[in-house]
Amino acid sequence: MKDFEYVRATTVSDALAQHERETTAYLAGGTNLVDHLRLGIRRPDRIVDISRLDLGGIEETPDGGLRVGANVRNADLAMSPLVRQRFPFVSQALLAGASGQIRAMASTGGNLLQRTRCVYFQDRSTPCNKREPGSGCSAIDGFGKYNALIGQSDQCVAVHPSDLCLPFAALDAVVHVTGRSGDRAIPFAEFHRLPGDDPSRDTNLEPGELIVAIEIPPLPWATRSRYRKVRDRASYAFALVSVAAALDIADGHVQDLRLALGGVSHKPYRAYLAEEQLRGRPATAEVFEVAIDAELAAAHPGGENAYKLPMLRRTVVAVLQELAEGAVR
Amino acid sequence: MPSAQQVSVRLIVDGQEHHVELDPRVSVMDAIRDRLGITTVKKGCDHGQCGACTVLVDGRRIISCLTLAASYDGAQVTTAAGLGSTDQLSDIQAAFVDRDALQCGYCTPGQICSAAGMFAEAEAGMPSHVTADVSDLQKVRLTPEEISERMSGNLCRCGAYAHIREALTDVAQERGQA
Ligand SMILES: Cc1cc2nc3c(=O)[nH]c(=O)nc-3n(C[C@H](O)[C@H](O)[C@H](O)COP(=O)(O)OP(=O)(O)OC[C@H]3O[C@@H](n4cnc5c(N)ncnc54)[C@H](O)[C@@H]3O)c2cc1C
Ligand code: SF4
Ligand code: FES
Ligand code: FES
Repeated sequence: MKDFEYVRATTVSDALAQHERETTAYLAGGTNLVDHLRLGIRRPDRIVDISRLDLGGIEETPDGGLRVGANVRNADLAMSPLVRQRFPFVSQALLAGASGQIRAMASTGGNLLQRTRCVYFQDRSTPCNKREPGSGCSAIDGFGKYNALIGQSDQCVAVHPSDLCLPFAALDAVVHVTGRSGDRAIPFAEFHRLPGDDPSRDTNLEPGELIVAIEIPPLPWATRSRYRKVRDRASYAFALVSVAAALDIADGHVQDLRLALGGVSHKPYRAYLAEEQLRGRPATAEVFEVAIDAELAAAHPGGENAYKLPMLRRTVVAVLQELAEGAVR
Repeated sequence: MPSAQQVSVRLIVDGQEHHVELDPRVSVMDAIRDRLGITTVKKGCDHGQCGACTVLVDGRRIISCLTLAASYDGAQVTTAAGLGSTDQLSDIQAAFVDRDALQCGYCTPGQICSAAGMFAEAEAGMPSHVTADVSDLQKVRLTPEEISERMSGNLCRCGAYAHIREALTDVAQERGQA
């Protein structure tokens, strides 16, 4: 591990002031950053510890949404009665990720900024444009099982790894950040980036900007929501594909729907097209299939990842059917 | 190469207070094992993937490898040795002995700490991935299926889990959490 200077931030403005150069990194739970320091794939020369900043708390907003502090631990968010009753798929997504120990450490802010699990990104001995811009992409002609289906570029084909980000994308969450040029609110859909010709940037955060909170707008019918993750082993593994869905249904017809897919793209993938096609339509398996097929028509599988298409299709249909039947909330 | 910076870190391990000057790169695990000579904490993968290094910090289970000790200044750390002694085993440790739930020496202390964290989480009402309905706020019951899922952050390469689940099911029954 390369040498670095360690400082602990006492206030948010202190944290911003200490993050004065590009080679500084914030430390929250450390479950991603410390691993990357150990692998030698991140080499900051200063670490600003933000873990003791007062960025905690899960609060109700006046309109019925929630505001989640960036330092709220994944375990605490998953356990919150407000989250479990209003937005059950947020809790389910958290509980499908990592392990009990890691969830007790990992923060909400850090979860949004965790980096891809692309095996080449994690292996410093191979070329990777995300890790070392301009060095090439080993995954395009390499081990392709986990690669993206939609929105990838000839520079990078990695997928975004977070489970929590899928319900956040489905809920149109808003990321509140602060930086030296002031505060901003970033809609979730604009937070993560597609790789384009600069895969080294995962998000639209500016250097030094700090996430302070994530706001979930109200969505009363999200009480009927579900997260399902398909993976190589039953527990403690990243997703091959995953589905976050909330369904508003009346008289057997879809009133409204939110659908986000994981294991698909460089960012949490929101299935806007399928949502649009399903509004007002009968809630049957055949209708769900047609809509997800329309959405996945944009996919460009590379070969080894082509299995993801039928897997996604079946998972989406199963989740929507379950929600429609109300068998599982 | 040693770091130019040294940080003063206070750690209370199994009830005993220690003050050490550390390179900021040192993890809680390495501080405890290499600097304090307390070897109940084991290093498996050093990347958060096996759970061998699990300890309790302020009562919650964490993995001590993906930590910086500097960030944990002042923490109350409990290792498997702090949960009971050879003369006075904790109920979890006794159940491991009764059920022959021992794995290799590397995995067992982390399993014991993880189990202690798991019981505390269940007592506090934490659901899990296999809990049927997360929006039901009734207290969860630690069925064998719940125990397997909740202990899944502790991986071993030889697959010796079956007796651990039995031992922890015994504890759950004795504690009225089953
Ligand atoms: C073995 C293992 C398995 C895992 N499995 C899963 C899984 O199945 N699903 C899943 O979704 N995740 C999984 N994770 C990832 C885990 O959820 C993330 O590592 C965690 O959420 C990151 O949070 P943290 O607080 O530890 O972040 P850190 O490691 O502290 O930080 C991560 C990044 O975010 C930056 N950062 C942190 N907080 C802020 C802030 N407030 N403002 C600005 N920048 C900030 C840091 O500088 C760093 O770049 C796994 C991790 C491990 C180690
Ligand atoms: S897919 Fe992206 S992260 Fe993976 S090797 Fe290629 S550039 Fe690197
Ligand atoms: S040594 Fe910490 S999880 Fe493996
Ligand atoms: S018991 Fe230690 S590796 Fe299996």
